[in-house]
Amino acid sequence: MSAGCECSAVGELRTPSREEMLAALVVRQGAENVQKLQAATVAVCGLGGLGSNVAISLARAGVGKLILIDFDCVDVTNLHRQQYKATQVGLAKAVALPENLREISPYIELESHQVRITEENVMELVGKADVVVEAFDNAEAKAMLVNAVLENGKTLVAASGMAGFGDANSIQTRRVSKKFYMCGDGVSDVNDGVGLVAPRVMACAAHQALTIIRIICGLENMTTKTSVI
Amino acid sequence: MIKVNGIDIEADGTVFAGKTVAEYLSTTNYDCKRIAIEKNGEIVPKAKYGETLLAEGDSLEVVSFVGGG
Repeated sequence: MSAGCECSAVGELRTPSREEMLAALVVRQGAENVQKLQAATVAVCGLGGLGSNVAISLARAGVGKLILIDFDCVDVTNLHRQQYKATQVGLAKAVALPENLREISPYIELESHQVRITEENVMELVGKADVVVEAFDNAEAKAMLVNAVLENGKTLVAASGMAGFGDANSIQTRRVSKKFYMCGDGVSDVNDGVGLVAPRVMACAAHQALTIIRIICGLENMTTKTSVI
Repeated sequence: MIKVNGIDIEADGTVFAGKTVAEYLSTTNYDCKRIAIEKNGEIVPKAKYGETLLAEGDSLEVVSFVGGG
């Protein structure tokens, strides 16, 4: 232990109360924004490199409720970029991510579904969310979800193009229309064999999470131009 | 003028006014399973590509998805 360190020993740790955590959030994000975030529900569709990172960012920011959806289990090939631990390999992502989120943000409300999202069940799963996150890895599944969610009039933040080792500055957020945002470089396809590297996927997930926070806090209509018209 | 992703698709003299979204797509390399289309800021339902007519002044955004996440 270094001189002047006032950290607690492991046995002396105490998890902060809900009130303490909210007060700390207010210091960083402002009372009005925290209130809006606390009242919001976000559905995260896909809990991989994008979704697990988005969910953790939103939980840290104080989003009141997350609906987490993924049919898959944690695989060893996920560990380099997804927010799971080696001890969770084999566990359903819909079980493992809530475990990790609870450690980070114990008072968040979580609803978790281990199911494959289809055109038929999507609105039943995400219908109550204020914002929907498209965080799949498969291009056709992405398009299916985006079409289904937009056809039902919900606000959506999707991602496309975050594979490879290209520089992170090419990853952008584009507001396609009033309720439709796209993050990514738009072109880097994992199926081109360019690889997939954690910081680039996380940069894209960070774009998604920040966009969602801006939408919830009412900051989007003021500053972002639409690309349409 | 009809724009797709900001580009005038009638610039070379091809007329798309009166044609459907599906007819436009058939002239492109887009994979219909990997796109979403907005016309004048509204989503065009997948099931309606064949009946949604393009008109003078329309602005389309064709969003194409690639793999990875």
